[in-house]
Amino acid sequence: MNKVMSNKKIIALYVLPALLLILAVVYIPIILTGYYGLTKWNGIGSPDYIGFDNYAALLKDTAFWNSAWHSLLLALFSGLSLILYLAIAMVLASKIKGANLFRKIYLIPMLLSSVAIAQLWLRIYHPTNGILNSLLESIGFDNPPAWLAEPKLVLFALFIPILWQYAGFYILIYYAALKNIPASLEEAAKIDGANALQIAWKIKLPLAMEVIKVTIVLAVVGSLKYFDLIYVMTNGGPNGASEVMASYMYSEAFKSYDFGYGSAVGFFLLVFCLVATWLIRKLTATKDTIQYS
Amino acid sequence: MFKKKWTTLMLTLCLAIIAAGCGNNANNGGADTNGAANGGSNESGNKVTVNFMHLWPEGVSAGQNKIVNQIIEAYQTDNPNVTIKQEVLDNEQYKNKLKVLSASNQLPDVGVTWAAGFMQPYVEGNLFTPVDDLLSGELNGKFVAGTTEAYAMNGKTYALPLEFNIAPVYYNKAIFEQYGLEVPQTYEQFKTVVKTLTDNGVAPIALGNKDRWTGSLWYMYLADRIAGQETLAKAITGEASFTDAGLVKAAEEVQALVDGNAFVKGFNGLSNEEAKSEFLNGKAAMFLMGTWELPNFTTNEDIPQEFRDSVGFFKFPTVDGGKGNIDSWVGGPGVGLFVSENSEVKEEAKKFVEYFVTKWGEQSVTGAGVIPATKVDTATLELPQLYIDLFNEMNKASSITLFADVQMKADAAETHLNQIQALFGKAATPDLFAGEHDKAISAGK
Repeated sequence: MNKVMSNKKIIALYVLPALLLILAVVYIPIILTGYYGLTKWNGIGSPDYIGFDNYAALLKDTAFWNSAWHSLLLALFSGLSLILYLAIAMVLASKIKGANLFRKIYLIPMLLSSVAIAQLWLRIYHPTNGILNSLLESIGFDNPPAWLAEPKLVLFALFIPILWQYAGFYILIYYAALKNIPASLEEAAKIDGANALQIAWKIKLPLAMEVIKVTIVLAVVGSLKYFDLIYVMTNGGPNGASEVMASYMYSEAFKSYDFGYGSAVGFFLLVFCLVATWLIRKLTATKDTIQYS
Repeated sequence: MFKKKWTTLMLTLCLAIIAAGCGNNANNGGADTNGAANGGSNESGNKVTVNFMHLWPEGVSAGQNKIVNQIIEAYQTDNPNVTIKQEVLDNEQYKNKLKVLSASNQLPDVGVTWAAGFMQPYVEGNLFTPVDDLLSGELNGKFVAGTTEAYAMNGKTYALPLEFNIAPVYYNKAIFEQYGLEVPQTYEQFKTVVKTLTDNGVAPIALGNKDRWTGSLWYMYLADRIAGQETLAKAITGEASFTDAGLVKAAEEVQALVDGNAFVKGFNGLSNEEAKSEFLNGKAAMFLMGTWELPNFTTNEDIPQEFRDSVGFFKFPTVDGGKGNIDSWVGGPGVGLFVSENSEVKEEAKKFVEYFVTKWGEQSVTGAGVIPATKVDTATLELPQLYIDLFNEMNKASSITLFADVQMKADAAETHLNQIQALFGKAATPDLFAGEHDKAISAGK
């Protein structure tokens, strides 16, 4: 085997299919998007090169900055919700009764498709027949809001299902990271008289830090390019109140038939995500690596 | 060592299988296009495949789907050398797929399109072929006046319409009876109806404004009744301004209706389907919608007979001092069939379209309960009363204004729809609403 793997040609042979695939479906489209972003193109016929006009328009487009702001809010919210996920994972990882069952319960939303989740929550939020408003009415709220129709509320109403949707994924990651911490460390701390909070704060958290950093990047970048649930539940509405960058890109390209502009938005989104990733890596960088021993 | 060798071998085998799979597909694709190409050059004898893409999936439009299959089967029996290959998608997905296919120049031979603004980029991109020769042939004089015109551009017709729709206000007779309400003739009476219903805790109007074009219907009617059909039509085409006093008044009236709780709660977050179910469940008393909903109120067995019997309709009431005519409607041709300019089998495709339009006119009336764009003799057919009444209304219409979002160019239509949602949600004032429209329409894209 070693002999086979040291043969450069064999390595190339094995790497090639995946490489070609990723080139064809990821990198070439990115380059093309970059090019289309410099053109005026309605998706039919041939694109006309117009230089940076689309980007100039983008900088002045309030609807776009609105959607970018919503994306940032979502990213911030996702980042904060990681704390909640981490807390739950810590509880589950400590030896409580039924931890296994709870872990599965939290994981279930992850198995559902976004569209199914969206349909489910559309019914929960239904202004008159929805379970949420029925509940609110039964405990005495006279006129509960129409969650998805109120421009001020809709974005936050959308955050809840997103929080719920990704709970399982992050809890699972944290759970694995916490389980990976040698029990001997915790025992030693206990003998030294540390309480549960101190163990969590001083032992578990630092040791899970590398994983936490990765999840922050995942959560932030994931929210910046978030699309599906919002598309199904509100389609960016009412009047752009829940529009995020990806849904704005979609509506510019596919509804306004402005593929050039849509591509510019898409390319901007890519740059935005790259910068965000770089920033997070920079901000959370630590010099010393932790070693379990 | 032995084991490792096996792993390597298995991996290679996997790769080989994948590669072979890809190869096979490619070959199949090649054979298909060859067949089509031959068919194009050799009129008869050779096998011809016509690709047909439409938007009537069995689950959503059972009636239409059945008719499409019947027509295709009959056509294939008559023309044994022709195979019609269907591809069916749901409305929104259909629009997206058409867009993507056109970008790579792979439109189906025959497909479904909407009129005016929707098909303009396709026509300008030379993707649709003119079908004027069909209009002067067997189909000459068969279409209802004003239907094919919506598909004409630069003096040529690029698609043949299948449906024709107008939008009445459907109402629930049982609810009206319960509260002693009469069908409103004037807008004042209409407002009284709305008030009585809200006072009694019944939602007056089902509206799913997440889809936006639904709210557009309400605005269009108010604009038509207050400012008059001509003013509205001119404003949409950009010849006149939306800041016209009557048009702004219409926008104000929309907000007055919203303030009076005329629409179901949370309408800006509800889809048309959700709103429709409020009406179908008897929770809302009125529903302004196109005649394509007729089957649900007449023949659709999935809907309780009791409800279907209690559905009536009325024309949008006139406004005192307004310039509108009660026989002026919002509506227009629905979808039409186009033939792709780059089709290898253009002649066969055109023949199929001609056949399809004729048969559709005969069968869709009874089979699907929709109103076709071709002339129908209702006297010889046994039809639900609601259908006949609306059909007659359509024939005596003084004018039919095409849906604003279909008429406008894509970008302006998008602005219009967003502004509608903003107007209904009170995020835009009537003046802002008018200004944004003028800006978008004069931008001309």
